[in-house]
Amino acid sequence: MAIENVWVHAEAAEGKVRPGSLELLTKAREIGSNVTAFYAGDDDVSAIAGQLGQFGAKQVLAVDAAGALVGVPLASALAEKIKGGDAPDLIMFASTYDGRDTAGRLSAKLDRTVLTNASGLEVEGDTVTISHQVFGGSTIVKAGFTGEKPWMVIVRPKTFVAEAGGEGSAEVVNLEVPDTGATNTAKVLQRHVEETTGPKLDEAAVVVSGGRGLGEQEKYSMIEDLAKLLKGAAGASRAIVDAGWVPYSHQVGQTGKTVKPDVYIACGISGATQHLVGMKGAKNIIAINKDKEAPIFSIADLGIVGDVHKVLPKLIEALKAKG
Amino acid sequence: MNVVVCVKQIPDPATPGKLDPSTKTLVREGKLILDDSDAYGVEMALQLVDKAGGGEVTLVSMAPNNEVSGLRTALAMGAAKAILVSDDSLQGSDALGTAKVLAAAIKRAEPDLVMAATESTDGYTGTTPVQIAELLGLPSVTFAKHIEIADGKVKVDRQTEAGYDEVEVPLPALVTVTAGVVEPRYPSFKGIMAAKGKPVDEVTVADLGVDAGAVGWGGAGQQINDITAAEERQAGEIVEDEGDAHERIVAFLEQLKVI
Ligand SMILES: Cc1cc2nc3c(=O)[nH]c(=O)nc-3n(C[C@H](O)[C@H](O)[C@H](O)COP(=O)(O)OP(=O)(O)OC[C@H]3O[C@@H](n4cnc5c(N)ncnc54)[C@H](O)[C@@H]3O)c2cc1C
Ligand SMILES: Nc1ncnc2c1ncn2[C@@H]1O[C@H](COP(=O)(O)O)[C@@H](O)[C@H]1O
Repeated sequence: MAIENVWVHAEAAEGKVRPGSLELLTKAREIGSNVTAFYAGDDDVSAIAGQLGQFGAKQVLAVDAAGALVGVPLASALAEKIKGGDAPDLIMFASTYDGRDTAGRLSAKLDRTVLTNASGLEVEGDTVTISHQVFGGSTIVKAGFTGEKPWMVIVRPKTFVAEAGGEGSAEVVNLEVPDTGATNTAKVLQRHVEETTGPKLDEAAVVVSGGRGLGEQEKYSMIEDLAKLLKGAAGASRAIVDAGWVPYSHQVGQTGKTVKPDVYIACGISGATQHLVGMKGAKNIIAINKDKEAPIFSIADLGIVGDVHKVLPKLIEALKAKG
Repeated sequence: MNVVVCVKQIPDPATPGKLDPSTKTLVREGKLILDDSDAYGVEMALQLVDKAGGGEVTLVSMAPNNEVSGLRTALAMGAAKAILVSDDSLQGSDALGTAKVLAAAIKRAEPDLVMAATESTDGYTGTTPVQIAELLGLPSVTFAKHIEIADGKVKVDRQTEAGYDEVEVPLPALVTVTAGVVEPRYPSFKGIMAAKGKPVDEVTVADLGVDAGAVGWGGAGQQINDITAAEERQAGEIVEDEGDAHERIVAFLEQLKVI
């Protein structure tokens, strides 16, 4: 028996399916003959059913979370369907806030393992093997499932390339949320959106990131200026996010965003393994660091041993002059 | 208010990690330390208990070889006691197996609130805490960057893609914290001395009544097939800035047609 039925967690924002979900749908289409999306969220499912269909989902299982965090209601409704006999072979989630919540809940409900942090997935006959990076990406571990299906996997963003390829709109199937007792009592009171301008960090062709080497919060404006001049997005190391210089949404790395831009410019960032896993997929890497032993140089295509306070202002001026 | 904090004890991340070629798992030998990620949960729990004006912080950890070094650090920060699950049969447990063990241990402490980190430094599955919540029948809020407790409810600012959500959940509940939610204190000398005398309840899988078939290698629904070195990214050109490095960058960007 091969992998036939694949379910994919669909997430959306502002009426659009998130890129990470589209990446998973693209892969699901390649490995399975029947792809189903499942969704719970603020957006009306009918608004995203078209896009889900274009990326290969024949159906979308829709769950009304009714203002709760989606993990419990979504996982409960899916578990009910699966226990009722309608079980897929593989369930795919993205490494997102709600993706992990839902996968964790479902895994415990079904008593099935969930493999996490997949940065590759191969199917051969009836086996699914995932790759998983350890030690900052220097070593790749390949693991497979041994237990019963459905198998569950959480995939890191940018692992697959999203490509449309389906036909028509996904058929919407509404699922009821069973009684979930005390577990489903985490309610969202209010959502806060941090204003951002320019391209999104994980979608930008150019990413300019700053780290502790900037010295002080005010100097982060150099990173923003440079990013703007290059029509890119501004990122950060965790050190300066923890220090409160920039919001968490800017963080690149293991616990932040994974970026794969054409050019990544690391300014005053040492290159800790947890930072590297989030950006070493960039096509080109430029690093500016005053310490020539900094680990970031080991993966940089162009490494500048220098002071960010000297190099960046001149670079910004030169780019402005070019207009 | 009684709070349980899940704390993982891990090999020092500063020393290069190793995989055991025969078992294909992380080598966990030598002294283990408190996972930095969990120091935030410990600090948060101490502050919440303090504000509540009573109660205590209990640590729960699953670790090989009756390891207590990491627990002692958290006890020195101010936690009252610890439950340590250590059992040879636990080797090879996956996240769900770990969650089953931790859930059984947490139950013993009858907490009002359970805390964990969003993800551990070495395993970083990020699923163990939610699995624990499900097994205990508790609601959960993950990725907390701010926590307040009032009137039997926890109010959490939860990190999201776009910003954050204000989430409210009644106690008892499980909350996972991100780094930076609070500034963990350094254990004082007095704290370190006091920690030596604090109770650490060492229990086995059998003590907890957890099904032995659900944990360890046998209970894990996964197996490691292969370990390979990742393709190394080659270092390119390294240039010392002589006042003209910006020109090199401009030239490189032009070559890439970015500008
Ligand atoms: C579980 C876990 C998860 C983590 N997740 C992440 C993550 O997602 N993302 C992340 O980034 N980190 C993460 N980290 C933290 C990571 O280990 C590093 O601590 C962090 O990346 C360091 O940030 P930094 O490079 O800005 O600071 P530092 O390591 O302090 O480096 C600063 C660099 O700036 C250079 N410098 C100083 N002054 C100048 C100057 N004037 N000009 C030029 N260079 C200068 C220094 O030589 C140094 O190399 C994680 C850690 C853990 C334990
Ligand atoms: N063996 C363990 N002992 C105690 N707590 C753990 C253990 N494993 C995981 N946890 C908790 O669960 C969090 C997430 O772990 P992980 O699922 O490995 O990313 C950790 O940061 C801890 O708070």
